Amino acid sequence: MAGSWETVIGLETHVQLRTVSKMFCGCSTAFGAPPNTNVCPVCLGLPGALPMPNGLALQLAARAALALGCTVHPRSVLARKNYFYPDLPKGYQISQFEQPLSTEGSLSYLSPDRGLATATIQRLHVEEDAGKSLHDRFPRQTAIDLNRCGVPLIEIVTGPDFRSPQEARAYLLTLKQVLEYAGVSDCDMEKGSLRVDANVSVRRVGETALGTKTEVKNINSFAYVEKALSVERDRQIALLEAGGQVEQQTLLYDSKTNGVRPQRAKEESHDYRYFPDPDLPPLVLKEEFIAEQQALLPELPAKKRERFVEKYALSVTDAAVLTADRAVADYYEAVVHAGSGADAKVAANWVMTEVLADAKAHGDGLRVPPGALANLIGLVRGGTLSHQAAKRVFGEVADHGGEPRNVAEALGLIQVADTGVVTGWVSEVLEAHPAEVARYKSGEMKLLQFFLGQVMKLSRGKADPKLAQRVLEDKLVA
Amino acid sequence: MSDQSEALASAKATADRLVKAKRFNACLTPVRELRKALVTQAQAAHPSGVLYGMPVAVKDNICTLEFTTTCGSKILEAYRSPYEATAVAKLKAAGALIAGKTNCDEFAMGSSTEHSAYGRTLHPFDKTRVPGGSSGGSAALVAAGAVPAALGSETGGSVRQPASLCGVVGIKPTYGRVSRWGLVAFGSSLDQIGVLGRSVHDAARVLSVISGRDPKDATCEDRDPLRLPNVPESLQGFVIGIPKEYFPADLDPAVRRACDRAVRLFKELGAAVREVALPHTAYAVPTYYIVAPAEASSNLARYDGARYGPRFDGSADVRALYRTTRGEGFGPEVRRRILLGTYVLSSGYYDAYYRKAQQMRALIAQDFRNAFDRGVDLLFTPTTPSPAFKAGEKLNDPVAMYLSDIFTVTANLAGLPAISIPIGRIKGLPIGGQFIGQAFLEDEMLEAAYALERVVPATEEA
Repeated sequence: MAGSWETVIGLETHVQLRTVSKMFCGCSTAFGAPPNTNVCPVCLGLPGALPMPNGLALQLAARAALALGCTVHPRSVLARKNYFYPDLPKGYQISQFEQPLSTEGSLSYLSPDRGLATATIQRLHVEEDAGKSLHDRFPRQTAIDLNRCGVPLIEIVTGPDFRSPQEARAYLLTLKQVLEYAGVSDCDMEKGSLRVDANVSVRRVGETALGTKTEVKNINSFAYVEKALSVERDRQIALLEAGGQVEQQTLLYDSKTNGVRPQRAKEESHDYRYFPDPDLPPLVLKEEFIAEQQALLPELPAKKRERFVEKYALSVTDAAVLTADRAVADYYEAVVHAGSGADAKVAANWVMTEVLADAKAHGDGLRVPPGALANLIGLVRGGTLSHQAAKRVFGEVADHGGEPRNVAEALGLIQVADTGVVTGWVSEVLEAHPAEVARYKSGEMKLLQFFLGQVMKLSRGKADPKLAQRVLEDKLVA
Repeated sequence: MSDQSEALASAKATADRLVKAKRFNACLTPVRELRKALVTQAQAAHPSGVLYGMPVAVKDNICTLEFTTTCGSKILEAYRSPYEATAVAKLKAAGALIAGKTNCDEFAMGSSTEHSAYGRTLHPFDKTRVPGGSSGGSAALVAAGAVPAALGSETGGSVRQPASLCGVVGIKPTYGRVSRWGLVAFGSSLDQIGVLGRSVHDAARVLSVISGRDPKDATCEDRDPLRLPNVPESLQGFVIGIPKEYFPADLDPAVRRACDRAVRLFKELGAAVREVALPHTAYAVPTYYIVAPAEASSNLARYDGARYGPRFDGSADVRALYRTTRGEGFGPEVRRRILLGTYVLSSGYYDAYYRKAQQMRALIAQDFRNAFDRGVDLLFTPTTPSPAFKAGEKLNDPVAMYLSDIFTVTANLAGLPAISIPIGRIKGLPIGGQFIGQAFLEDEMLEAAYALERVVPATEEA
C-alpha cells in the first residue's frame, strides 16, 4: 500500500552559530546559565535599546553558506518578523526575508535509497533566536527564560528534495558534518543548537504535482527525525486512502507518544508583516570579505574522503569512517605523517579500532598523541612488540601517558628475539606436551598453533612469534 | 576638589524657575525630586565641561537614570530605565544638568502635546492654546525661560513645529548625526533627537555635544561631533532656495508676510535667493503617515505587560493580558497609528502601501538632491502653516492635526538637517521659519540661522 505513494520532504534547519556573544548585543551565548542571567537592554527589548550586528556571526554565516555552495550576496537585508509571544520581548524577531544573505546552494549526501543524491539549498539566512517558555516549571503558570533570546542562528532551507524520512535523516547528518567541519556550529541537538522543521507531503507515484503539505515542528533529536517524518507520512497516506484530504497545517511532534498533534489554532496562520528593520542598515559584504571566508573554509568531508581514498589507498568505507569527524581525520593524517611514519593502511586500522573505541569511552578525547601512536605502530612493524602487546601499551599510554617504548619496557612487553632464550621456551613447552608432539609428528600439523600459543603464554607474550614459530618447526622436524 | 558653587547656584535657580513654570504642565518630574536631582548632579558635574552647569530638560521619551521615562504613556507609567541614552550621557559628561523630563504626545505621536496620558501642556503665551508637539513640553519650558535648552525628538517635525509655535529655536539634525541609543523608538528610520533652545547658539552647542559616533547605534554615522561655526558677518556666497510648493496659494497671508520679510533680509545679508521646485512635496504627508505608523506598529509591539510596565488585568491568559494592557495602556492616537501601521504591512497590502511609500520617499529625497545639485545651499520655508492653535481644535480631526506637519515631515523623510527659528509674531503668537540643509552640513545651516537670527524682528508682528 505504501508502495504506491511517494513521500516528499523539505527541511528547514536552524543552526546556532559558534559565537561567544549574541547576534545583536554583547551577552554570552553560554548554554545552561541560570534563567535570565545572560541578558541586557538589547536582548530584553527594553525601550530605546538598539541592535548592533555581531561581526563574527556574519563571518560564520557566510562561511556556512560557502560550505554549502551558496551564492553569498554582497547586499542583504535584515527584516523584522512580527508576532506576539511572551518569549519574544521585542514583539518581532530580526531575521531576513526578501533579500537573504545567500541563496542557491546544494549538498550531496549518501541516500540509503538512491546512493549519492543532491539536496538543493534554496536559501541560508541569519536571524536571532527567541527566548524559551517553560510551561512545566510552575503550576498553571508559564515561566520565561530569555537567555537564548538574540542567540545567532542560520536558517537553511532545502527544496522538496527528499523522498523518504531516511533520506531526510541522511541529509541532516551530512549537513551536521559539513557545518562542524566548517567550524560554524557545534550542531548539538540536545543543546538546541540544531533544530529541524520539516514540510511533508505525499503523492501517488508518477504524479508530478506536489500534494498538500504539513509542517512538522519540534523534532529535537536525530533519533526522532525518521520517526516523526514516518508518523506524518503514514498519517497522510492513511487519510488519503480513506478518501480524506490532507489539511495544510502546522503539527508538533510528540516523542513520548510518537505522534503528531496540530499546533493550537491561535499559534498559527500568522501574518508576520515582514519589513526591513530600520534599526539596521543593509548588510554589505565586500568581495574581499567573501573571499576571505572562502579561504578560511577547511577541506570539507566529501573532498577529504576522495583524497584519502586516492592518497592513502583506503577503501571508500574506511575513508568515510576516518573523515566523519574533522578531528579524527586530522589525527589520522598526523599519525601517517609523524616522524617515524606509519603505514597508511595500518594506521587507518589502528585509528578505526583502538583510537575510536578509546575516544568513545572517554568523551571523544583523542588521548594518545599521534606521534606516540606512530611510534607504537613502528615498534610492531620492527618486531619489538607483538600486536597484542601493542594494544596494552596503547591503553597504558592513553591512561597514563609516556613514550610507547618506555611503557612497553616498563611493562616487560618487549619481544624477545634471542634465539637461545626462545629455544629454551620452545624446549620447555615440547617437553611438557609429549602426547601432542607425538600427534603432530603423526601428521596433525595444525597443532603448531597450539605449541605457539603455549610458547607465547610461557613467555608472557614476549617471545617474538615469528622466531618462535621457526624454532618450533625446526625442533618438531628434528 | 573642584568648586561646584557655580553649578549648584544654577541648579537651585533652575529648580526655582521650574516651580514657576509648573502651571504649563510642561515638566513631568515632581518639583521636589527635581530639586534634589539637580543638586546631586551639580555636585558631580565637572567644571571643565563645555556645558558646565547648564540645565537641559529632556523629553520623556529619552531614557534617563535619574528620572522615570514614560513617553507620555500610561503603558510606561513609573517606568525607570536601567540605562541612559547616549545623548543624555554625553550631556552629563559635558557638565550639563538634566533638568527633568518634559511632557510630550504619547510616544511622540501628535502635534499638540494634547495626546499625553499626563495631561496637556499649555502654551506659555496663551493657556487656551497648544504649544505644538510632540516635544511641546520641551518647547514650552524653553519659551517660559525655565531652561536655556531642552532635548526633543523628531519623527516628522516634533521639534521644529513646537519651536515655531512657542517662538524658540528647534534643530533636527541629519539622520545619523545623533545616536538614537536610549531614544524610545517611534519611527526608527525617521527618529532623531533634536534640540530646542532660546537661541541658535544655545541649541547648537547642545547639539554639538550630543552629536557624534556611537557603537551602540548601527544607524549613527561614524563621524566626529559637529563643530560649531562662527557667526558670519554676511551671507555673501550663500544660495538660498525657496521651494514654491511650501508657499501654496492658500497659505496664511501673515505667515507669507513673515517669510517674505525674512527673504528680504537674506538678500540684504548678501545671499542669492532662487525659487526651486520640489515636485513630490504633495505626497510627503501621506507617505509619512504610512512609513511612520508601519514602523511604530512594530516598535510598540514590545509593550505587552509581560515584562515591564503596568498590567491591566489579563490574569486569564496571555492573549487577554495583551488585549487589556495594550487596549487600556495606549491612548487613542497611538492605537490609531498601530492599527494603521499593522494594516499597511499586512500581506496583500504591503505592496500597495508600504512599498509604494518607500518608493515615494526615495523620490522626495531625490527632489532635495536635485535642488542641492543645482547649486542651492539651503532651502527656506515656513516651519508651520499657522501659529499655535486652540487646544481641542484639531483633537477630533486627525487629518487636520497631521497637516500641521506638512512643511516639516519632508526633512525627516529625506534624512536632512533642518532648523526652525522665530521670524515674527502673528497676533502676538510666534511663527517660525525653517532652513533645510544638506546632509551633514549642519554647520552651513547654522551659519545662515545665526545670521538671520541677528537681524530678524522675531517679536514684531509680521
